[in-house]
Amino acid sequence: MSEQVIETKQAQVQQENAEVHKRVAQTYKDGFVTDIESDTFPPGLNEDVIRAISAKKNEPQWMLDWRLKAYEKWLTMEQPNWAKLKIPEIDFNAISYFSSPKSDENAPETLADVDPKLLETYAKLGVPLHEQEILAGVKKTKVAVDVVFDSVSVTTTFKKELKAAGVIFCSFSEAVQDHPELVKQYLGQVVPIGDNYFSALNAAVFSDGSFVYIPKNTRCPMELSTYFRINEMNTGQFERTLIIADDGAEVSYLEGCTAPMRDENQLHAAVVELFILDNAKIKYSTVQNWYPGDEEGKGGIYNFVTKRAACNGVNAKVSWTQVETGSAITWKYPSCVLRGDNSRGEFYSVALTNNYQQADTGTKMIHLGKNTKSTIISKGISAGKSHNTYRGLVRISKKAEGARNHTQCDSLLIGKNCGAHTFPYIECSNNSAQLEHEATTSKISEDQLFYCKQRGITEEDATSMIVDGFCKEVFKELPMEFAVEAKALLDISLEGAVG
Amino acid sequence: MLNIKNIHAQVGENKILKGLNLNIKPGEVHAIMGPNGSGKSTLGNVLAGMEKVEVTDGSVDFLGKNLLDLEIEERAAEGVFMAFQYPVEIPGVNNMYFLRAALNAQLKYRGEPEINSSVFLKLVREKIKMMNMRDDLLRRPVNEGFSGGEKKRNEIFQMSILEPKLAILDETDSGLDIDALKIVSDGVNQLRNEDRSFIVITHYQRLLDYIVPDYVHVLSDGKIVRTGDKSLALELEETGYGWLEK
Repeated sequence: MSEQVIETKQAQVQQENAEVHKRVAQTYKDGFVTDIESDTFPPGLNEDVIRAISAKKNEPQWMLDWRLKAYEKWLTMEQPNWAKLKIPEIDFNAISYFSSPKSDENAPETLADVDPKLLETYAKLGVPLHEQEILAGVKKTKVAVDVVFDSVSVTTTFKKELKAAGVIFCSFSEAVQDHPELVKQYLGQVVPIGDNYFSALNAAVFSDGSFVYIPKNTRCPMELSTYFRINEMNTGQFERTLIIADDGAEVSYLEGCTAPMRDENQLHAAVVELFILDNAKIKYSTVQNWYPGDEEGKGGIYNFVTKRAACNGVNAKVSWTQVETGSAITWKYPSCVLRGDNSRGEFYSVALTNNYQQADTGTKMIHLGKNTKSTIISKGISAGKSHNTYRGLVRISKKAEGARNHTQCDSLLIGKNCGAHTFPYIECSNNSAQLEHEATTSKISEDQLFYCKQRGITEEDATSMIVDGFCKEVFKELPMEFAVEAKALLDISLEGAVG
Repeated sequence: MLNIKNIHAQVGENKILKGLNLNIKPGEVHAIMGPNGSGKSTLGNVLAGMEKVEVTDGSVDFLGKNLLDLEIEERAAEGVFMAFQYPVEIPGVNNMYFLRAALNAQLKYRGEPEINSSVFLKLVREKIKMMNMRDDLLRRPVNEGFSGGEKKRNEIFQMSILEPKLAILDETDSGLDIDALKIVSDGVNQLRNEDRSFIVITHYQRLLDYIVPDYVHVLSDGKIVRTGDKSLALELEETGYGWLEK
């Protein structure tokens, strides 16, 4: 190994460590509440509520019609129960479907107009909103951020610079107003209104989210990110994200989520749609840290999310990377529809559950085009009394000549009272396909811990080191700063799981 | 530096050490030999602090401290190092990262400043050369995919970085071909000095040709039954352990 390589690696490792230790100091650090005056709808769901949400946003008639159609559909549907989850009954009339900080009513033009309390909230969460700070090098990487607080987008940074590159990055509400033709063309095209119970609900009541359009042959000049925050009590967050990468475009998108600690469960039902055209690439990374509930399993977010990418173009490529540490219940299967010939889908996932958390997560790779390729790497870590399920579908259609899939699915158990489950489904209608599936289940062994401790490392540090090592293949897919945060989150989430 | 008095230890209901005494001075190399099941590895595990080994009687004084009162990682930081017979693999954890974490944990325990990356790097380079080790082992995950020889060499390399006061080599020669044995022994010999003591647990006299001990002890049924110098090992090679049963 060349000296320089060692040196760079060392520097990086050291830096990562310092960061991690800084962040590991507390347990759920993002559990505070911002005391801010809000305009919140009374709980309840009916047609009038949907009309009211639409009116709040000055939406055109077509948007309202779409919502109402979804609501009608939702009324005919039933909550799915095939997942390996115990979901307490949800009273959809006890949820408020819209909440916005009052100060946000006259949408702020610049950061200077944003309520200081909101700015403070994001400063506490470590989300960079001040472009100057970013430019001055306080944060190393330049990342444009769209910030969603309860039901509304508060601000989007670096708009000007992005505009110069032809990139559209704005809140969903703005996109409906300013780019209706794009929204109309793509909305609901890969997650149709009636796709599933929660996506139908989302289509009816979604309040905001992010919209991204990368024009032809454009590489987005910086990473884009959306930061979701639930603050208000008894509200649900239903956001919708739509990202379009036109021919030859490229973008890396990050998503982070947090919520206050509360005894009640709160619902988060989001929909994300990605469209990737000829030779385009989208890399979508999520660090999900919704409040997981307390040690007895009280409270926490229900995270029921539909994410799907349509690789419509030839050579289109999409990569989902997720680190799921939060939420009381996670129900989530970021999927890839590989329609274009030679298109590629990747899914890298770390899902950690502790205490009474439940996760049923995985992916679907739908191979339609020729020579389409998919990779699935899933790492499930269960601790406490939690249950962690991988559920994945690989479907090779008749016409998908030469399709390939590689699936690797590893589970790590910590302690005696947790569970890990794996449900891989394979449907193959073309004999030329090559499918590989590997699965392992392991425990952190006494021998490993003894070995680490004999070298002077404490049990807690040893556990976190072993877990990091287990997740490495996924972490290396994350942008650097996100990888640091993901490691820190795992450490925090594992606290108390050892011993 | 190490004073083991009347140690009784068991694993589950199985009594293994039955009143073992051993006194080691700084800089001495003590070889522990004996038939299978005589308690050689258990002795190492008692000193390192393995949880499943229960000490029911006796005491261990290590540099004025009661070793048995300390946690495993505290013993390590006090200077007890074990080169494992079967070093475990830790998938995905970079060998260098692991070693630096270990070194810094020990420095922190001793109230010394942690080592920065450039100093660590210098140290690593120096010791790699000394150990005659291929440096790609450093980049690979701890022991993952290492051959038997590489694993043992990695143990000695770790020892060279952590610079313990007492090193326990648990059948370090097992599974090594003659070339690997030489390299590992050379490494150990370079680490010998007037302050550092060694307990060398082995089945075979062969290792002691390379690591020449000051004392050889024969362990049988949980006790030391005979002590001599290196010639005792040669004698054992001739006679075997059959005489113990008489």
